Amino acid sequence: MTMTDTPTAMNRLGRLMVDRPLLPLIGLLILLVAVLAILNPGVLSMFWASNTLKIAIPLAMLAACQTMTMLTGGIDLSVGTAATIAAYLTATLAPLIGVPPAIAIALAAAILIGLVNGFGIAICRVHPLIMTLGTALIATGCLLVYQRYVIATGVLIPDFLLWLGTGRTLGLPNSLALFIPFAILVIWAQRRSGFGRLLYAIGANEAAARLSGVRVWQVHFTLYTLSSLIAGVTGLLYLGQIKTASLSLALPLDLPSVAAAVIGGTSIFGGRGGYGGTIVGALILTVLTSMLTLMQIPEGGRRILFGLIILAVTALFIRLTERN
Amino acid sequence: MPDAPSDAVLDATGVAKRFGAVQALRNASLQVKAGQVVALMGANGAGKSTFVKILTGVLKPDAGHVRIKGRDSTVVNPAGARKWGLVPVYQEPSLIPDLSVADNLRLGDTPMEPFRHWIGELGLPDLSSDALIRSLPLASLRIVDLARALALEPDVLLLDELTAALPTDLVDRVLKVVRAQADQGRSVIYVSHRFNEIAAICDRATVLRDGLTVGDVAIEPGIEERIVEMMLGGAVAAAVAEDRPAKPLPTAIPRLRVRSLKTGTRLTDVSFDLHKGEVLGVVALEGQGQDELFDVLAGNRRASAGTVEVDGAPKTFHHPADAIAAGLTLVPGDRAHALLMSRSVRENIAVPLLARIRTWGAIRMGDEAEKVGAAIETLQIDTRAQGEVRRLSGGNQQKVTIARWIAKGVQTLLLFDPTRGIDIRTKRQIYGLVRDLADQGAAVLFYTSELAEIRLACDRAVVIFNGRVVDIIDARDADEATLMRAAYGLTEKAPA
Ligand SMILES: Nc1ncnc2c1ncn2[C@@H]1O[C@H](COP(=O)(O)OP(=O)(O)OP(=O)(O)O)[C@@H](O)[C@H]1O
Ligand SMILES: [Mg+2]
Repeated sequence: MTMTDTPTAMNRLGRLMVDRPLLPLIGLLILLVAVLAILNPGVLSMFWASNTLKIAIPLAMLAACQTMTMLTGGIDLSVGTAATIAAYLTATLAPLIGVPPAIAIALAAAILIGLVNGFGIAICRVHPLIMTLGTALIATGCLLVYQRYVIATGVLIPDFLLWLGTGRTLGLPNSLALFIPFAILVIWAQRRSGFGRLLYAIGANEAAARLSGVRVWQVHFTLYTLSSLIAGVTGLLYLGQIKTASLSLALPLDLPSVAAAVIGGTSIFGGRGGYGGTIVGALILTVLTSMLTLMQIPEGGRRILFGLIILAVTALFIRLTERN
Repeated sequence: MPDAPSDAVLDATGVAKRFGAVQALRNASLQVKAGQVVALMGANGAGKSTFVKILTGVLKPDAGHVRIKGRDSTVVNPAGARKWGLVPVYQEPSLIPDLSVADNLRLGDTPMEPFRHWIGELGLPDLSSDALIRSLPLASLRIVDLARALALEPDVLLLDELTAALPTDLVDRVLKVVRAQADQGRSVIYVSHRFNEIAAICDRATVLRDGLTVGDVAIEPGIEERIVEMMLGGAVAAAVAEDRPAKPLPTAIPRLRVRSLKTGTRLTDVSFDLHKGEVLGVVALEGQGQDELFDVLAGNRRASAGTVEVDGAPKTFHHPADAIAAGLTLVPGDRAHALLMSRSVRENIAVPLLARIRTWGAIRMGDEAEKVGAAIETLQIDTRAQGEVRRLSGGNQQKVTIARWIAKGVQTLLLFDPTRGIDIRTKRQIYGLVRDLADQGAAVLFYTSELAEIRLACDRAVVIFNGRVVDIIDARDADEATLMRAAYGLTEKAPA
């Protein structure tokens, strides 16, 4: 057999995606925006861009939780619940006890969810999928109990959350003031902090990390607590954005937050990926949603298409990167 | 290349393969005839494994010509290779950890009867087919891999560093079986870094250097130095390290004192002292409790009885972190247990530096780069493919597992077969490194499956048989025959 194998375009693209995972993702994002512009001429505007950013930010923040837990080979399906609880408690307690104590209690509740997750996953070694799903159900139950027995005198959404959630400065959403420092911190932590490195190490080979002296439970415990705290803060932001306190406020964001991380190139098996890709992933999902909405496809068809596109993108990404 | 002899069963010429920036093979060729065992030799990263993977259809070559039994090969995947009679055993075990032995065989369409026969021949007749792969020690996995290959009755058997993880008694069996295959008219391609094995069973050796076939010689007495020269090019390393001069043992409190250590069923009663500045060898046949001993000392497993003292203070390790805090660091025998395969060389080496909570904050990048760089330098790791450790050659991966502790700083180093799969030049460097570490005040416990290493690297050797120390031998008296007799429990005497 005589074989001369020049690297094919697919191979080269795959390599590019391994070495510079952000480039093809940004390409995809630009492509989607272009398609949107063609389908709906005139839709692109500063207002549209700012609105898209505004919608993408809470998703991207919850997806940070997924990215970090997925790096260790885990997942956190309680982020939507933690966010919802934090929002609901803030809105209902603020008229009773004032804004700062309400927020303190709200974040404490979110952290409590994380502590329970951390305890189950780190100490009792329950699988993260089961554990976080379980705490999410329990916490939702607790919220229902709270809603029945604590008679809310009304709902108050703190002004600064409204400013953060819906306000604009120079045409840009104010939530960027929270998000940009947050994103920089997460990306920095992943690359330049011991904790971030250990997330990758545990995901790549937990036994090896242990043999190197890493007490894996400490990392897991901290990670899931941190994840819920981030979710709680996101809940506050989301409250300001949606401007109503409902019992299922952020729940619909659970799965998209996982999808954003996966599309962004973080491996669900752990050890590979990063938050930069996730942010682009969240933008892609947001643009996709707005595209399907503008195309005036009925809700059912929209969901089917949404699911299919996510599957296709993920499958393509995995195919291309695994080649090498 | 001259025209291949028409009786070659396998004839590969001009094979080339590039991975991104790394040209793994430039122009590799190899011929093997029926009834021959051909050694495929070369330094770490020379391209041996890549060559084997190309021949068996795992990798697609960029260029090259392969003829099998006189016909142009159409092998494009491992199943195709099998149809052509080529059966490989790769450098890393290729068995699914969560399945039993029997299930793995079923997946590979391997007939059970011949497999059992070969397992018996190879010295593991008691191996249960229901055993989970995950639960088997590395040595048994290698034997399973080989028996599986033999059961397929290959025309050409390709063995990539199969013996690297095997203890001496199993190596002997493997060599016998492999030679017998050739004597029955089959062909074998045999990758190994061990000259004694090559001398024992090979007819010819094909030598690769930097992806290029640089020689093809008949095996005859005295050929070793020529092969080494071809492997390493002009830069021949200094002659084999001289025997270690005897050192008066310090009488003070030993760095590590182990008394009546027991765990599980294998490790029943082990006692010894390891002093500062000493390299203490451990010699044992497969499964005599040495794995458990290292696991206990590294905090990876609890002892059920006995004591461990470090610098005179009794210690109990509940976690590897405890052992590391006491200065005991382990290089495990199976590098799959040590490496973060999908992460970079740098991240792999730096893990122990970041393990503790107080190092969770900002990494001092310059400091880290310096430590990692120095460790890479010391071990001469080939970092051409450093972005992901799994892309390194087997020997270079092994070096990374050692480099990690060099970067961290060594007090008591527990080395479990550290030169497994490492080429001759680097082996010498590692003996030198171990001695230097000892001279600088470290204590080293050195298990090796290659008995010749005891004289080259150690001061004394404890011999473990049946979970107990049966002998302690001064390295100067530790020729292979003496060690072998002791390892089989033939010279049992009360340890000093
Ligand atoms: N998938 C890969 N991607 C990038 N580089 C690779 C890949 N596989 C192998 N290499 C590189 O190709 C070279 C040859 O590797 P190979 O594994 O064939 O060496 P080897 O001769 O088997 O060495 P050893 O004795 O250490 O096992 C090495 O430099 C290695 O880093
Ligand atoms: Mg190899």
